[in-house]
Amino acid sequence: MSFVLVQVIVGGLLLGAVYALFSSGLTLVWGMMNIVNFAHGDFVMLGMYVAYVVYTLMGGGPILGAPLATLVLATVGVVVYFALIRDIMKGPMLAQILGTFGLALLLRYSVFWWFGANFLSMPPNIVGGTYAFAGLRIEASRLLAGVVALLVTFGLHLLLTRTSLGSKMLAVAEDQTAAQLMGIRPDTMQAIAWAIAAGATGLAGALIANFFYIVPTVGETLGIVAFVTVSLGGFGSVPGALVAGLLIGVIESLSGYLIGAVYKDIVVYVLFLFFLWFRPQGLMGKM
Amino acid sequence: MNLKHITGLLCAAAISLTLSSGAQAQDKVVKIGVIMPMSGGTASIGAHAKAALEVAMDIINNAHPELGSLPLAKNAGLAGLGGAKIEAVFADNQGNPATGQNQALRLITEEKVAAVFGSYQSGVTLTSSAIAEKYGVPFLNSESVAANLTERGFKWFFRTTPIATDFAKIYVDFLADIKAQGAKTDNVALVHDNTEYGTSVANTIAGAFKEKGKPIALDVAYPVNATDLQGQVLQLKDKKPDVVIMISYTSDAILFAKTMQSLDYKPPVLLADDAGYSDPSFTKAVGKISQGVFNRSSWVVGPPGSASAIIADMYKKKSGEEMDDTVARQMQGFFVLAEAIDRAGSTDPAKIQAALKATDLKPEQLMIGYKGVKFDDKGQNVLASGAIIQLQDGENYVSVWPKANAEKAPVLPYKGW
Repeated sequence: MSFVLVQVIVGGLLLGAVYALFSSGLTLVWGMMNIVNFAHGDFVMLGMYVAYVVYTLMGGGPILGAPLATLVLATVGVVVYFALIRDIMKGPMLAQILGTFGLALLLRYSVFWWFGANFLSMPPNIVGGTYAFAGLRIEASRLLAGVVALLVTFGLHLLLTRTSLGSKMLAVAEDQTAAQLMGIRPDTMQAIAWAIAAGATGLAGALIANFFYIVPTVGETLGIVAFVTVSLGGFGSVPGALVAGLLIGVIESLSGYLIGAVYKDIVVYVLFLFFLWFRPQGLMGKM
Repeated sequence: MNLKHITGLLCAAAISLTLSSGAQAQDKVVKIGVIMPMSGGTASIGAHAKAALEVAMDIINNAHPELGSLPLAKNAGLAGLGGAKIEAVFADNQGNPATGQNQALRLITEEKVAAVFGSYQSGVTLTSSAIAEKYGVPFLNSESVAANLTERGFKWFFRTTPIATDFAKIYVDFLADIKAQGAKTDNVALVHDNTEYGTSVANTIAGAFKEKGKPIALDVAYPVNATDLQGQVLQLKDKKPDVVIMISYTSDAILFAKTMQSLDYKPPVLLADDAGYSDPSFTKAVGKISQGVFNRSSWVVGPPGSASAIIADMYKKKSGEEMDDTVARQMQGFFVLAEAIDRAGSTDPAKIQAALKATDLKPEQLMIGYKGVKFDDKGQNVLASGAIIQLQDGENYVSVWPKANAEKAPVLPYKGW
């Protein structure tokens, strides 16, 4: 019994790391320009399809999928920024919400039209299978996603706090006009932020594709989790998303195993609301 | 009269001409509203259903004498309505009961359909058929298996598929049979989602086992479209049931297969209740790691040249997929509805309802393995039946039970990957 519990907790931590991984892009975009990207889940979906196409149709193997998904999605991020975000940022909040929501539907149904509604799956065990030690079973693909989640979070944190690019991005987030007077171009900084955020999301998608099914509507299923993770961690805080992701993963696994999966979301959301009651800015968010 | 007036009059004349010719064309078309999940988590089902119904319409609307005793195949169109063509108006229910209800309302009040057909998910069928009942329009369901759908005292609801109670009986008998051959089947676990389909089918199966004095040992419920199922698989691994019965839609069925492999869990007998496990995208995605899973089916393709083989071929050409149990039941249901409209000789809802009530199709008039189609007072087909199939090679299901129609003997235990 206690042994199974250890497996449950380890599974929860790995799941949580994945949640953190695909939430970092969402929190970054919010932190940089106060935009809630409702197309976020569909960026994850695009990353999954890029990895799938690279592996199965182009014969690129599993190693090429992740970097290519990062590149493709970073490009998509920049295009989306210049074609849509830059303009709707000047509009009211509602325009921003509906704008990114429309983008989500556009992406979802474009993929739907091109690939059809069928469920796809990466060829089994392309990332190393499952490690078993001391009776614990850890999937290599989940472990890889977990490790990358830590690296991405750490990397983004360093970028924002230790580099001049990060300082410039934060300056634009703080006060656009003042930043512009200092010779920083807000456009460029925000486009870079979108490229990084979308790239990280694409990477997440490519890694998740190794152990999840691929379908045009998968963004709906995963998107919700990203929003909860980001608001628990604090909107705009990258380390917050990591802590919140791990927390949600473990709580979900534990409550799913101990009191039944149908109730696990109730437990997560009750704790979530209770927590926000005390700390509306989230774990590590700023007021 | 100046030019303006003349142009105006000419326009009016043109409009009335098009309107009347439109009405004339409509006389030769019988519209059937089809509510299916065309988007959302079960969109693959909707896409397959659309292809299947297009094949069915081809068979009904054009002459297909090669299909022998299948009603409506021989001549083009519905003979009872002077050769009128059937036209399906597709509506997307998004897998959502509220959307399904709205679509039923739109099809009946705006599209003026003669009958409604749908809606895959039991939960959506529940709401959309209530609208048809309210407006007095026949509703034919061919694939939702929640038992309560025909327990509502509805007068306009007809269902051709075997339902949960039929399958529960099949499962009990099948397990007793393989127990006689030496398999352990005493300890049964049910795994199901929390939708209308999952909960009601689980309840019915649990009831059937309890009646036989073998109550279900473990009930594992999970929320539909789950992001993670490790807890559920660990629960099973911990309790070690002899038999696991899976009641899941496609997305969760795939995630279960992947999670069971990663946690190295194989129940001795894995028995699936159709749904996701019959979706061709399930076998394509994870068939190779689900070898030996049992499933129920009413569809068994016959020898080359038989009606079922020809239809399976037509479907494959249309959709690129192998025919599966779900689309076969849907096509069969659509044929039953069209046959009733043909016999009614009218698009008047009351006449179609009367014709449906009088339906009496024999096995040789069907494309599927039912013992016939005949509705009881509740609208349930009392001659519906099914068989057990097994995914032995990880690619194609073969029928394994009952022995009389089996292509191969059941292989135990569950092999997995």
